[in-house]
Amino acid sequence: MIVFTVIGSFWLEVFLKVGVLKQFKRVALAIAPVAFLFIAWDKYAIANGHWFFDRDQILGIYGPFCIPLEEYLFFIVVPIAALMTIEAVRTTKKHWKVYE
Amino acid sequence: MTYTQIAIFAVLFAISFDLYLFNTQLLKRKVFWTSYAIIVGFQLLTNWWLTSRNIVMYSPDAIIGLRIASAPVEDLLFGFALVLGVLTNWIRLGASDKR
Repeated sequence: MIVFTVIGSFWLEVFLKVGVLKQFKRVALAIAPVAFLFIAWDKYAIANGHWFFDRDQILGIYGPFCIPLEEYLFFIVVPIAALMTIEAVRTTKKHWKVYE
Repeated sequence: MTYTQIAIFAVLFAISFDLYLFNTQLLKRKVFWTSYAIIVGFQLLTNWWLTSRNIVMYSPDAIIGLRIASAPVEDLLFGFALVLGVLTNWIRLGASDKR
C-alpha cells in the first residue's frame, strides 16, 4: 500500500516538476514535528489496543517503541504525497494564492 | 481517551495551528481544499484496502462504529489532521518563497 501511494504521487514530482524532493530540508522540517506527534499517538493507540495489525500481513520488522516499520514509513510517505499534491495543484493553478 | 476523542482533538489542534498560531490560513484557500479533495479520494482507497483485508483492525471500544469504505470514520479525522498539520508547516516554512 505504501508502494501504491508512492506510485500514485511521485509521478507528480517528475511530470509537473513540483520540486518537492529538491527541498529536502524543508520536507524534513515540515514533516518531522507532525510525524513525531502522530507516532506518539500511534504508540498510545497500539499500547491501549485501539488498533492492531495482522502479524501475517506486515513485514514483522519493528522500529523504536515496538511500532511496525510500515507505520514509520506511512508517516513519511503520506505527508510527502500530500506535499506533492498541494504543490501540483499550485503548479497547475498558479493564480490560486496561498499567501496574501 | 478513545480513538474518537483523540482524532477530534488532533483536528482541533491542526486547525488552531493553521488559523491562529502559524496564521497560514490554509482552511480559507481553494488550493488547500482542492488538494485535500484529491488526497481524501486516495485515502479512502487505501483505508478500504487496509481495513477490508484486516491488515489493520480496530477495537470496537475505541471507535463509534460508523464506517466509510470499511474504515472507521475516525480515520478521516486522523487523515485530515495529518494532512493539514503537514501542509501548514510546509507553507509556513516556505513563506520566504512567496507565490
